[in-house]
Amino acid sequence: MSDSRGETPKHFDFSRKTRPHEQGIQWFLFLCAALSILVTIGIVYELLKESWLFFGDPEVSLWEFVSGTEWQPVIGQLGIWPLLSATLMTSVIAMLVAFPLGMMVAVYLSEYASTKVRGTLKPILEVLAGIPTVVYGYFAVTFMTPLLQSIFGNDIVDVYNTASAGIVMGILILPLISSMTEDALSAVPRSLREASFALGSTKMETSMQIVLPAAFSGIAAAFIVALSRAVGETMIVALAAGAGPNFTLNPFEGAETLTGYIVRISGGDISYNSIDYNSIFALGLVLFLITLTLNIISRRIVEKYREVYE
Amino acid sequence: MNSAPEEHITHRHEEIMANIQQRRIRGKVWQALFYLATTIAVLALVILILNIFNSVFGYVLIENDVEPETLVASGNLEDMENRELIALLEENLSTGLIRRFNSEGPLEERSTEDLARLVQQRIINPTIIESWSLWESIFEQDEIRTTRSENSGTVLQFRSWLTIDFLRSPQNPRPQLAGIRTAFLGSLWMILIVMVISFPIGVASAIYLEEYARADKWYNRIIEVNIYNLAGVPSIIFGLLGLAIFVRLLGGITQGRTIVSAGMTLSLLILPIIIINSREAIKAVPASLRESSYGVGATKWQTIWHHILPASFDRILTGTILAISRAVGETAPLVVVGASTFITVDPDSIFSKFTTLPIQIYQWSARPQEQFRNVAGAAIIVLLVLMLSMNAAAIITRNRIAKNRRV
Repeated sequence: MSDSRGETPKHFDFSRKTRPHEQGIQWFLFLCAALSILVTIGIVYELLKESWLFFGDPEVSLWEFVSGTEWQPVIGQLGIWPLLSATLMTSVIAMLVAFPLGMMVAVYLSEYASTKVRGTLKPILEVLAGIPTVVYGYFAVTFMTPLLQSIFGNDIVDVYNTASAGIVMGILILPLISSMTEDALSAVPRSLREASFALGSTKMETSMQIVLPAAFSGIAAAFIVALSRAVGETMIVALAAGAGPNFTLNPFEGAETLTGYIVRISGGDISYNSIDYNSIFALGLVLFLITLTLNIISRRIVEKYREVYE
Repeated sequence: MNSAPEEHITHRHEEIMANIQQRRIRGKVWQALFYLATTIAVLALVILILNIFNSVFGYVLIENDVEPETLVASGNLEDMENRELIALLEENLSTGLIRRFNSEGPLEERSTEDLARLVQQRIINPTIIESWSLWESIFEQDEIRTTRSENSGTVLQFRSWLTIDFLRSPQNPRPQLAGIRTAFLGSLWMILIVMVISFPIGVASAIYLEEYARADKWYNRIIEVNIYNLAGVPSIIFGLLGLAIFVRLLGGITQGRTIVSAGMTLSLLILPIIIINSREAIKAVPASLRESSYGVGATKWQTIWHHILPASFDRILTGTILAISRAVGETAPLVVVGASTFITVDPDSIFSKFTTLPIQIYQWSARPQEQFRNVAGAAIIVLLVLMLSMNAAAIITRNRIAKNRRV
């Protein structure tokens, strides 16, 4: 049994080795992930910097900006309300269309539809969600506005109006609401439904009184995410809602939204350091804060009110 | 026997039956409402698509400067000899224009087809004075005929706005000659840049967050929350970021409002989506695969590179292609970054000025002339076909990879 080669057996070293290239890879991956933070910092920094320049301008006063009801940069009128009210109008109309419809579609898909029907309907709704927003804008201009005009008359409905933009935006966010709500409804355990049936409830009563309340947090989150999407939506309002700030609550009049204004101004040739250039960043900051707040609220709701079932 | 309790029971029974009946009816009504809502959603998609086709096909009323019959008896220009066509051109057009055509390609050497097209565009010069949608072309033919008889010397023609020439020609201020060549090439450039930038960075971030990041470290939590917040930022804000950083601050490198500035803006826009999708894909890899790899002594990176990535690559790829197809349809950030409103030269490098399909659709839809809406409709079909074929490619690749997969 002697060692024929006369060498001592090699000992394996099991202690932790440092592997420089593995460390390097880890660092590289970390930097890639950290890039997203840089993007956020870039957004916040640029929005704040340009807004600072905007409000630093002697012609601009912060008070007028938050309270003024006229937006005419040419003559120094810089009140945000006409733009903000148009954004609210289109978003509210969109939610009025999309939320009830989206909820009903979700209840149908999750509670009533057979597996086969669900298998065909869900891809159709996904197609609806995947269509570029500019196509919806085209749809609003070429179909919805003429339709509204033929229903209510040309004197009442302007060529550009917030109603048309809002309704079409509702169609755009409907799949978002229905798919988020459907996910929430499907997460409610079967046992809850069966208990309800055992007590003699009808299918509708089970759906509306047991499953919907049980999925409340998911539905609330869907509502807020959809609202945030509607506020930030651009192309539909840029094409259909009108190209001129207008402080009105009439849905059949044209009115320019925050996003519509940013697109129209930046679409032309703007010179850096002009009041126009700075103003779109100030409005961008307002938009960013609104959507960020909505997104944070929606995540809070999910975290706080989520019912965890076994 | 006392009849009172029995009466009471019958009464209760009737009450209960009535109640059940009522509840059933209410259930049916709501069910009908649910059906209706779903039908409306599906109908919206159908109308959206029909509306596009409605404006892409239809009758047009054309007015010619010169009737083709006066030039050649058959009315078909291609029946003429090259010599005759050249004579026609030289007779009717200025010498400067002839010289320009000759410098592009000597007239004598051109094909009959090409010469006929020149005569068609320059001498016959058809102008569309009125156009009708497909719906009107089918159901309101009487009205169309009246309009035609009111305009003497016009030709009524059924026209598809989506033609080979539409795909091949650059932009043109006249709707019947306008095309999407430059916009289509611009969109292809965008796809290329977005793929090169956002795919590696997105997948690398996803690997870090899924495989390396320890949840108890504050910086990892910040990265995670931040990515979800970025995914919810409106796309127009990314446009402002691109305008301030890529166009203005880095203008020396990107040369301002160019393809590369726009491409980088779109890459940042879809980065969070790619990260989220790729994380889901990596999460779906079973833990047993990881453990067996570690069990035979593989290092962390070896496990990721040889096992986790191959096992999740099909899902990563699908998620990425879906994200890129979203970038193809984006309009708002590109308008803000500064898409050109009118370019006729093909983009030939990443430092060219750019326009893309959605930008063209936006600009054409925003014009008041009826005919530009027909053109916009045709461009929408091209855009949707492009996006659809990307999605189809994603599904085919996924199935092919899934077939060869080990887990």
